[in-house]
Amino acid sequence: MNRRPGFLVYGLLAAFVIGSALPLYWSFVIGSQTKERADDFPPPIVPGGHFLENARQVLDTVDFWQALLNSLLVSTACAVSVVFFSTLAGYSFAKLRFRGSDALMGFVVMTMAVPTQLAIVPLFILMRDYNLLDTLTAVALPSLVTAFGVFFMRQFLTDAVPDELIEAARMDGCTMLRTFWTVAVPAARPAMAILFLFTFMQVWTDYMWPLVALQKTETLQIALDRLALTGQGQTTDYALVLAGTGMATIPLLLLFVLAGRQLVAGIMQGAVKG
Amino acid sequence: MSTQHRTAGDTATAESPAGGAPAPRRTDEGRERARLVRRQRRSRWDLKLSPYLYVSPFFVLFALVGLYPLLYTGYLSLFDWNRAYYVRGEFVGLDNYQFVLTDPVFQKSLVNTFSIFLMSSVPQVILAVTIAALLDNHVRGRAFWRMSVLLPFVVAPTAVALIFGSLFADQYGVVNGFLKELGLEPIRWHVDRWWSHFAISGMVNWRWTGYNALIFLAAMQAVPRDLYEAAAIDGAGRVRQFLSVTLPMIRPTMIFVIITSTIGGLQIFTEPRLFDDTPNREGGPDHQYMTSTLYIYVKGIEDQFYGRASAAAWVLFLVIVAIAVLNYLVTRYATLRSSR
Repeated sequence: MNRRPGFLVYGLLAAFVIGSALPLYWSFVIGSQTKERADDFPPPIVPGGHFLENARQVLDTVDFWQALLNSLLVSTACAVSVVFFSTLAGYSFAKLRFRGSDALMGFVVMTMAVPTQLAIVPLFILMRDYNLLDTLTAVALPSLVTAFGVFFMRQFLTDAVPDELIEAARMDGCTMLRTFWTVAVPAARPAMAILFLFTFMQVWTDYMWPLVALQKTETLQIALDRLALTGQGQTTDYALVLAGTGMATIPLLLLFVLAGRQLVAGIMQGAVKG
Repeated sequence: MSTQHRTAGDTATAESPAGGAPAPRRTDEGRERARLVRRQRRSRWDLKLSPYLYVSPFFVLFALVGLYPLLYTGYLSLFDWNRAYYVRGEFVGLDNYQFVLTDPVFQKSLVNTFSIFLMSSVPQVILAVTIAALLDNHVRGRAFWRMSVLLPFVVAPTAVALIFGSLFADQYGVVNGFLKELGLEPIRWHVDRWWSHFAISGMVNWRWTGYNALIFLAAMQAVPRDLYEAAAIDGAGRVRQFLSVTLPMIRPTMIFVIITSTIGGLQIFTEPRLFDDTPNREGGPDHQYMTSTLYIYVKGIEDQFYGRASAAAWVLFLVIVAIAVLNYLVTRYATLRSSR
């Protein structure tokens, strides 16, 4: 709607944004208090000076750095794989004519609606039979391709690459692969970046599958899971737990600061075309 | 690539023809023709096969980690499993389904799943559309607001669950602190069934509302502005414009958001798992907030009843598909009516 907004609009938006920020702020406030102060009421409202002590305790409890590295490895591997295979398949569906392409694309769209994570039991058995339990390979395997990725790249490449350009490349004697590489990939770059970001975040924040596939090895989410278990039986040590939560959230906050605009653009773009 | 072809052709001419016996020397013209034919043939195969080659990695991997496990879940659900030796027992038909459907814990988990889903999806869509409508004004600092509403999305569900677990702690939680301050009874968030659903839905809403608001915003910005002008000339106020122009125009997006949030919302796992601060972590001491996905995990992975867990997974799968279809129909009907 095309009118200049008044205070009411800004007021409501501000209220929503404050609500969005508060729980995160809370975790940093409590994560930097002593165990005793964390349970006080009225609660502390500014961060205290105990974050480093809490952080040290987190590092003593779980192997935080290894978990961080593991998360980084798995998320990067999956994001690279999803982007590569999705661009390849998306290009094929968007620009190449081949028999059965409509049916195959229909299948891709259908699988987007299939809740495959319900099939954890056979996946678990599969990993166990191939001795992959407790490895990062097992964590990464189910996320190496996504139907969404193929769909997203197809939508983008349909408009982004003119058919004439592909024909011209073919005329010049380019093979199919070279045409893909020199014509489609440069045009697809913005969408590839967005798909990379989203896949990375999705794998990074996944909790259920690593919980199934891992035993001793930890990703960040599993490390948080173990951390939350430590104080149990008594009251939870929220200063410790929320310090760990904060530490685990910082990498994604950095990503948000660096690439927030792309995230916003990606969501809005996917929406219009989806 | 074309240079590679040329070198390949050159080496071929340098070699003596296959067969060993000294064949008659071919003319340059003939060699050239043979090269062209070869190249054309290769190019034709390239043209024909490449598309299949490019889409095949997706289909092969998906078959392996998506389709096969899903079908295998169905297979597993028809057998009894010897838990001690991990071997398949005898064929038991639909026994596992019967067990699961009559298991009070699974029934409870289904009700919990629905309750949490409704509490998280309905307010979320309403709030997200509202935020989107606010952002669809000519607000100053567009980029700032858009990024700000997305902030919760970068916090992992595990972290969200632990943060909300602390806010809604039964004993020393800050929410209960304020309730007491207001002279109200503190709420036992981790014990009382419906209140626990409220807290868990809060986590989901907190993380996803801004994300969905941006999707709605994108749809709203695609609405042609002259529709609003026409409505304004007809004397429609802002609210009327929103109801009669905006809502019908964003219908496809609405359907998309509702269906995706249904598929996700019925599989909530992380939040109820980590909200539980008892060592069992089965969705509360009395399964007050155990969702069906959590049931599948506990039965299948922790207790290793493969058959029962698989049956539960198929039941939930069918439920999700049914609800998604129902959602689609209802949303279509409702928004069609409002556009009249």
